[in-house]
Amino acid sequence: MASPSGSVAGSGGGSIVVVWSATDSGAIPTSAPPRLLAPSERPSPRPRAGARTWQRWVGRAFVLGVPLAYLAVLLVGPLLAVVAGAFADGAGAFLGAVTSRWALHGFAMTALMSGVAIVFNTVFGVAIAWTICRDRFPGRAALGGLVDLPFAVSPVVVGLMAMLLFGRQGWFGPALAARGIRVLFAWPAMALVTTFVSLPCVVREVTPVLEAIGVNEEEAARTLGASRAQTFWRVVLPNIRWGILYGIALTAARTLGEFGGVLLVSGGLAGKTETATLVIYRHLEERQDQAAQAIAVVLAMASILLLLAMELLKTKRDRDLDSAGRTR
Amino acid sequence: MTPPTSTFVVTPGGASVGGSQSARPGSEPRRRPRSTEPRLGRLVVRSMVVIYLGLFIALPVGAVVRMGFRKGLSAFGAAIVNPDTLSALGLTVQTSLAMALINAVMGTWIAYVLARVPFPGRRLVNALIDLPFAIPTLVTGVMLVVLFGPQSGVGIWFDGHHLRLMYARPGIVLALLFVTLPFVVRAVQPLLLDLDTGQEEAAAILGASPWRIFRQIILPSLWPGIRTGTLLSFSRALGEFGSIVIVSGNIPRRTLTAAVLIYGEIESGHPEAAAAVSTLLLALAFTLIVVVESFHRKAQAGHGIA
Repeated sequence: MASPSGSVAGSGGGSIVVVWSATDSGAIPTSAPPRLLAPSERPSPRPRAGARTWQRWVGRAFVLGVPLAYLAVLLVGPLLAVVAGAFADGAGAFLGAVTSRWALHGFAMTALMSGVAIVFNTVFGVAIAWTICRDRFPGRAALGGLVDLPFAVSPVVVGLMAMLLFGRQGWFGPALAARGIRVLFAWPAMALVTTFVSLPCVVREVTPVLEAIGVNEEEAARTLGASRAQTFWRVVLPNIRWGILYGIALTAARTLGEFGGVLLVSGGLAGKTETATLVIYRHLEERQDQAAQAIAVVLAMASILLLLAMELLKTKRDRDLDSAGRTR
Repeated sequence: MTPPTSTFVVTPGGASVGGSQSARPGSEPRRRPRSTEPRLGRLVVRSMVVIYLGLFIALPVGAVVRMGFRKGLSAFGAAIVNPDTLSALGLTVQTSLAMALINAVMGTWIAYVLARVPFPGRRLVNALIDLPFAIPTLVTGVMLVVLFGPQSGVGIWFDGHHLRLMYARPGIVLALLFVTLPFVVRAVQPLLLDLDTGQEEAAAILGASPWRIFRQIILPSLWPGIRTGTLLSFSRALGEFGSIVIVSGNIPRRTLTAAVLIYGEIESGHPEAAAAVSTLLLALAFTLIVVVESFHRKAQAGHGIA
């Protein structure tokens, strides 16, 4: 866009206007309204080239070094420190801690909670995303706000919600207790809390894909005589599959680490209602730092693996989005 | 969020040459679904979704708000206006603000480096940014205490210089920074990648310093992203629990944040007080969501012009 004839380039977005006079050998950017510069206003000669390269090198090192140092101190340092801490007493101690009765039960509970959340959030997440994108009815806009709410709510407040609904004096607690159904301080409440906090994951990933692919293919399928169910299974679902999988990976990552909510509703029965994060917390309270760090390392590794899976899925999903953008 | 895509080149004569990019593929009016009369299947899905969200999200929120106001408005006020709660709320807002400020600057900086400065290992660093979203917040707390706690070398060194990191305010800010790192980076990065580099190149040819190019050409286009990312990270920080409960030490009126206070009130059998503070946090978080959404909509309507 820098045409050699000399031009005034203004930006569509900001208020920046660059003045470039064709007759000037030097040039000056300014934020003033477009105008040509009188010769007396020309900038002073540039510093010598050698000084500039040195300056540029320092500037580049500064621009690159500060954020990398920040990330090293904030992210990488703590991660390496906890790995070192977990193996401080040797690999045997590490293995002992992560295969203890508590740890194994914790991992199993976490897997169960994640599984429940994934099933519910996938089925309802796709339905919610479809309703947000394809359905039109009064109050539909409010759904989008409701869906986002779980990400904004503190996990402790989520735990409080479950207690107020299912506690002894809660809205549903007495009725359920009379039928012998135990929700609070047992796995159902933990599953509810875990599902709640991860509810937006699938919806948020599927909605943009559904928006991008548009309705043309679906209409074509319907015109050719496919039923609504056939259209969904054969046309819509293949289009959004990577979005769904990405949402599932997000759900898994989010539920793996759920802590505040389950801490309140689990009742803290060691070896019975403890997810992995709760086991870590109890180990910390019992001053068994090494065991806590060992389990923390396992959870961190699991989330890193999920992150890698998500990177792969993201590429596939973006390819779907791109092709949707081209064919529309 | 759509950044400006058209660039106008104005010749000295004043004639305006239109946008340098071709029309966007989506410029045709979007088509609505064909059928307007509700069908049975559509009605079933719709009511299922509405009932599910109503039972699963609206009802629990209602339960908390109702419990908060159960003993009347004055009881709600009394639960908020007492020294313990006020100091917890103050601490939460202060640490979240400090985090938001640092995050806005460093997040933008990181996004800039990732988008514009080539260096070996850039892809790895880029993937690393999402780590805080995946790592459990409790594990974050454990990690920070291991590195910066009073028993670690780093912690001992800082203690020797009379600066307490863990079990004090800096620890809380550090934990919040870790947990919210991706917000600003991921909000700014796409804007940077979509930005037309023509103006920057022109400015560079014209002799503008890199800092001036960044400040006057790049930064104005990034404001919407910085604003959204910072607000979202602030909203996230208000309710943070898992990492704070480990790093803050939870000393009442000194390092006890609002979320930890709520936890304490529930455990000590004061659900009304817990619900009152929760209602306040919910209202704050919801207001922030609405603000971000309105920015978002305005940006879409005006094609992302700040």
